[in-house]
Amino acid sequence: MGEVLVLVDHVDGAVRKPTLELLTLARRIGEPVAVHLGPGADTAAATLGEYGASTVHAADAPEFADYLVVPQVDALEQVAKAVNPVAVLLPSSGEAKEVAARLALRLGSGLITDAVDLEAGAEGPVATQSVFAAGFTVRSRVSRGTPVITVKPNSATPEPAPVSATVQPLKVLFGSAATGTKIVSRTPREDTGRPELTEAAIVVSGGRGVNGAENFAVIEALADELGAAVGASRAAVDAGWYPHTNQVGQTGKTVSPQLYIAAGISGAIQHRAGMQTSKTIVAVNKDAEAPIFDLVDYGVVGDLFQVLPQLTDEVKARKG
Amino acid sequence: MSLRIVVCVKYVPDATGDRHFAEDHTTDRDAVDGLLSELDEYAVEQALQIKEANDDVEITVLTMGGDDAKDALRKALSMGADKAAHVNDEALHGTDVMGTSLVLAKAVEQIGYDLVLCGMSSTDGVMGVLPALLAERLGVPQVTLLSEVSVADGTVNGRRDGDTASQRLSAALPAVASVTDQSGEARYPSFKGIMAAKKKPVLALDLSDLGIDPADVGLAGAWSAVDEVAERPARTAGTVVKDEGEGGRQLAAFLAERRFV
Repeated sequence: MGEVLVLVDHVDGAVRKPTLELLTLARRIGEPVAVHLGPGADTAAATLGEYGASTVHAADAPEFADYLVVPQVDALEQVAKAVNPVAVLLPSSGEAKEVAARLALRLGSGLITDAVDLEAGAEGPVATQSVFAAGFTVRSRVSRGTPVITVKPNSATPEPAPVSATVQPLKVLFGSAATGTKIVSRTPREDTGRPELTEAAIVVSGGRGVNGAENFAVIEALADELGAAVGASRAAVDAGWYPHTNQVGQTGKTVSPQLYIAAGISGAIQHRAGMQTSKTIVAVNKDAEAPIFDLVDYGVVGDLFQVLPQLTDEVKARKG
Repeated sequence: MSLRIVVCVKYVPDATGDRHFAEDHTTDRDAVDGLLSELDEYAVEQALQIKEANDDVEITVLTMGGDDAKDALRKALSMGADKAAHVNDEALHGTDVMGTSLVLAKAVEQIGYDLVLCGMSSTDGVMGVLPALLAERLGVPQVTLLSEVSVADGTVNGRRDGDTASQRLSAALPAVASVTDQSGEARYPSFKGIMAAKKKPVLALDLSDLGIDPADVGLAGAWSAVDEVAERPARTAGTVVKDEGEGGRQLAAFLAERRFV
């Protein structure tokens, strides 16, 4: 079996969960080989080996932190040309998708973004995508070059397959384009202590019906009782009640949790696009005619400021 | 110093319509009315704001698409863009993102540019990678996914809000930039703008004008292939209750039954 390059998503060597999902999927189509850019490769290697990566190509250079996207493309291109893999997998973040696209173009290879499943096929890996606001499922493959595929978080359950990982230091020769876009400064996001929106098993989201930034405390209280991430509809984000990073929908995050709770969200197409592949959907809304009720497994027509606190108390009581 | 901005826009099927695939697995562009992709309106808006903040700025709006795609150009012109270019060629049917980036890169070079501005993604394909591909093909910096953008003294600056951090970016012109739906609401065309748009020039281009071999684009020239499309089955209707004072407890019982609590 050929090698499958996996770009590691990490924070200073702490490997994020989507990478473990990529390694799990990579084993279906070949032998996973990790590419770790930035600091912390030795720390990461233990985790990467746990999920089946026998080799970790590791490069650290100031360019990765100081310039946008292109340094990573240079590094991956160099590894891809040396290893000649059967596929390259990257996470479906805004940045990794840009890296994937430029890499694919340089390799003369086709690109598939936002896969939600991946399997081996007679003519190379077959990717499943969810399109047109999750109204359709599409199966596609790359027909030219080395398939470059980005995969959405929560597309697979990480399965350990322990091997001992060898770190192979990589010296990247950066091209002139690498330093084109300077990252002048970086302000880290405040850590809320809640799970990552796209990775969470449960998401509680608030919309127009929440009616004010301060009222999001009701949403957060329920989320914290359930160990859930907090989401927001575009209406709530546009009104300035909650940060854009928490937006669920076509122009925000796509989530596919085990349980999605929509409070005060009518369920416009823009929102449905981001959540309708959730396993179980629950909604609370004053308007019995709201389209969100067409999607739900369980819905309550009522005032979210009555229903949610009662639910939060009841969950607390049941956990006892 | 003059500044030439080219805004790339797409004519897409209305996302609120009942979108489908055609028999060849390409997007059915006839079944649902089309319009200027909402996410591209933000790029037109930012181009207009850059024009308002700087002297001697000319905005060209560029699209690739069939005859109907003129509507998207017309909308952008009525918002205030100065002129338009339309790449229209039968051989383009089914072109993937790689081919689209080739066509747009050639067209942008032909028009002449200091800054290429794009929306964050289309509302039909939703890949969000075209701006990066344009930068790669043009050999200029990409300053993408910006929630704030400005141009001054030959550089483009902006704020990119990522998942883990917010970044301040800077690059020398010429460059490719893209803006998100957080960059500021797009203006509505005024009556005066709509009337003026009718007189603005639209440059028609085909593949031979751009020196592109038809074999490199279209469905046959795509580097990826769709084998199967299937409509997702509608979700089966669940239970909906009216809150009579016990709604929260009823919901908790449901969650317990499904083992979430």
